[in-house]
Parts: sequence; structure tokens; C-alpha cells
Amino acid sequence: MLKIKNLDVFYGGIHALKGINFEINEGQIVTLIGSNGAGKTTILKVISGIVRQKNGQVLFQGEDISKLPSEKIVELGVIHVPEGRKIFTVLNVEENLLMGAYLRKDKKEIQDDLENIYELFPRLKERKTQMGGTLSGGEQQMLAIGRAMMSKPKLLMLDEPSMGLAPIIVQEIYETITRLNKERNLTVLLVEQNANLALQAAHHAYVIETGEIVLEGSGKELLGDDRVRKAYLGEE
Amino acid sequence: MFLEQLSNGIALGSLYALTAVGYTMVYGIIRLINFAHGDIYMMGAFFAYTAIAYFNLPLVPSFLIGMVCAALLGVFIAKFAYTPVFNAPKINLFLCAIGTAIFLENFAMLVWGPETQSFPTMIKNEIYTFGGFKFTKLQAVILITSILLVLILSYIVKKTKIGRAMRCASQDMVAARLMGINTNKVIFITFALGSSLGAAAGTLVAMYYKAVYPMMGFSAGLKAFVSAVIGGIGSITGAMFGGLIMGIAESLGAAYISSGYRDAIAFIILIIILLFKPTGLFGKTVKEKV
Repeated sequence: MLKIKNLDVFYGGIHALKGINFEINEGQIVTLIGSNGAGKTTILKVISGIVRQKNGQVLFQGEDISKLPSEKIVELGVIHVPEGRKIFTVLNVEENLLMGAYLRKDKKEIQDDLENIYELFPRLKERKTQMGGTLSGGEQQMLAIGRAMMSKPKLLMLDEPSMGLAPIIVQEIYETITRLNKERNLTVLLVEQNANLALQAAHHAYVIETGEIVLEGSGKELLGDDRVRKAYLGEE
Repeated sequence: MFLEQLSNGIALGSLYALTAVGYTMVYGIIRLINFAHGDIYMMGAFFAYTAIAYFNLPLVPSFLIGMVCAALLGVFIAKFAYTPVFNAPKINLFLCAIGTAIFLENFAMLVWGPETQSFPTMIKNEIYTFGGFKFTKLQAVILITSILLVLILSYIVKKTKIGRAMRCASQDMVAARLMGINTNKVIFITFALGSSLGAAAGTLVAMYYKAVYPMMGFSAGLKAFVSAVIGGIGSITGAMFGGLIMGIAESLGAAYISSGYRDAIAFIILIIILLFKPTGLFGKTVKEKV
């Protein structure tokens, strides 16, 4: 579904991504794990058109999207939930959700989808008219995912959905992600520092270090891999 | 005398408010103090003046022509003077704004001449009294037009899809792009709206003082900027209140203290308000999360 070919990105003189290649098949949860500054977020930003690459291609369903403006990429069905959630604090919960459907014109279906999201996250329904900035971290993450789902995505990209959240909330978020993947056949690209959880949820995983992919395999394989256990799971 | 000065101040204040709203909107979206805003206001007045004096059009169409032409000018400036340096350090954008201001002033001198031209009287100077409250027809027209325009703007910003996109983009440009908002389009629309309000204010001022001249935007721009800062820059409601406070204080100050202090009063108010509320009346403190 998504294919990244020889991606090179520079920030000024810094070579942030060094010829990255990877692939995501439809219906999979794929995770990129790696430490701070490895280039995970940059990959997502390139896919969603926020950062431009120097070389390489991003193919989504066979089409090169690497030169499209971000609104066209959203229109094609790729949505990016940014790190830190980036809820619109000046809008209320429902308005935030509607922003996700910004490019859609099917008014009736948007209403249905809104109900759908409220079913998925009943907490958001209770807080419908509350301003986005007043929500707790967990609720904001739900809102960010809900908002992304309102764009009717084919590929959902999540950047550190567990960041700053209590373990029990993280559990809940991951259950939702898995559910969305199973029930709606949603393809998910997950970027995480919390490698343990991400690897458990993922069908396929890539380990990225200083701009290069150093290891790949199924989630289970990597959970069992010595190097991964040492470097990312904190085991001796 | 007090009530007379008050109605004068309200009329003046609503004009400052109208100009300040344009200032604050542009700041809200690209964090630029648009120094050319005062000159767009001047150009708007000249466009309306041209329509009236050279093409003999009636007032309302001329007024609208001024607004539309200024809106186009605003978009033009945003596109050719500002967007090329968006990703450069902020100071470059700032310099481009000052350059644009100087360019527009000289352009107006070249086209219409440097001398003050008299703006034709379009509204007869009738005086109404309302329980001791004296006001002229022109003052009423100014106030009503300003209120109407601000209501339309509030509706656009609060209730429409593009308005919501504007609010999102002003909070977080990148997050807005991730939602599929074409932020360039949002920026151009903001410039168009802000500039058309500036032009409306410029034309009303030209009618009020019966004069148009190339440098008329300079002090108006400065005062609109002060109004916007008093209200809390970035806040539309704040800009409206800031403008009204400035207008009323200026008229009353000129009447009771000395008309020579007219402009000083504006800045005295600015200093006092910023001493007690550094973010302005309606400004929000931005918390930096680490």
C-alpha cells in the first residue's frame, strides 16, 4: 500500500534520513521503533508532505505522493496524528472532530461518522462542547485519533500515541488501534519509543537508528531479538 | 460638550477598531506586524475616491469597489511580497512589510500626486439629537457600517468552515496542514478580509475628514497597531475594544486636556494598559510546554 524508496532527507547540513526503504501492506499495523532523533518523526512528516526529501520516492497505492501538497495527501487517505497530539485548543471537541473531515463534502456521512467516533470514544461525547484544551492527555489522544478517523483514512499514521500518558490509558489507546485495524481493516503506521507495546501490536516492525533501518521483522520476532531487547526493551 | 465628544470618539473609535481588526487577523495567522496595513487602508480610500471622482459612481458601489480592490491588493502583497520569505527568518518578513509600506506610499504619490485631495461630500451633514446626545448623519453611518462589517467578519470567523480553518491555522499551522487545510489559501483569505476592512475604514475616514492623501495610512496604521496591542494582538474582540478605547480617549483628551496631546494620549493609554496587563486586554499568555 505504501512504499518508501531510497529516502534521503537533510536538515541543513545534517543527513537525517539516509536512504530509507520500507513497505507497508494493506491491513497491517507496522511500527517504526528507535530512540530519540533516529528519524522516525521525519519519515512521517515526509509521507504527509510537511518535510520534503532530497531524493527518493513515497508511493501510496502505486502513485508517487512525495511532491504533492499535504492537503492532496490527506485527500488520498493518508492521515498523520502528530506527536504531542496537536489538538486545536481554540475549538471545542466536536469542532475538532469536524476539522478532520475538512476536505469531505458528504455532509450526511460526516454526521454518521461523528456518531461512530462517539461510539468508539464515549468520553468524547460527554465532552462534546468542551474546549479541546481542557481535556486530559488521554482524552486529547482519543480526540486526535477520532479527528484523524473523521478524514476516512486508508492509512493512519500515529506519532508516539503513548507519550506522556498513564499506562492504563496507553493500554486503552492501543486496544482501540488494534480494534480499528481489525474491524475496519485500517492500515496503521505506528511510531513509538515505547517499543514493547508497539511490537506487541504490530504485524511488522522496523528498527531505525540515526537515519537508517538496521533491523526488520515481524513484531514477535523483534520482541525476541537480543539486540532489540537490549537496546529498546531495557533488558540485560 | 461631553456627549458631543463622546459621539465623535465612538465614530473615530469604530474606525480604529475596523483597521485594528485587519492588523490583528494578519498577526494571528502569520505572526507578522503588517506595517503595510495602514497603506492598504490608504489605497482603499484612493480606490473609492477614484471611483467617485473619476467615474462618477455613487457612494455604495464606490465603497465596495474600494474594499474589493484592496482585498485583491492584500492578496497580491501576501503572494508576491510575503510568501517568498515565509520560511526565512522572521526579520526578513518584517523588512518586506516595511518595504511594501514605502512602495505603496510612493506608488500613491506617483498615481494620484502627493498633495491632499478633497474627498467629495457624499452624505449631507445633518445633525440629530437624541436626548442631549448629538451626532451627525455621517457619524451614524460610520458606526453602523463598522458594526455591520464586524458582525459579518465575526460570522465568517466563528461559523463558517473557512473561519474554523483560519482559527486552526492561527493556532498551529502544521497541525492545520495535517488536517488537509490548504494553509496558503487560508493566509490569502485572511489578507483579503483584513485588507477589505482596512479599505472600508480608510474610505470612511476620508469621508469623515473629507480628505485623501498618500501618507494618511501612516498614523492610522500606527494607531490601529496600538489598538490591536491594547486589545491583545491576535484577538479580534480585543482589537475592537482597543479601537473604541483609543477613539474615545483621544476625543475626550483632545477636548479636555489639549488637542496637541491627541496622539500622545494613545500611547499613554498603551503604556498604562501594558504595565498592568502585558498581553493586552484580551490577550492570552502563551504557555511554553517543555
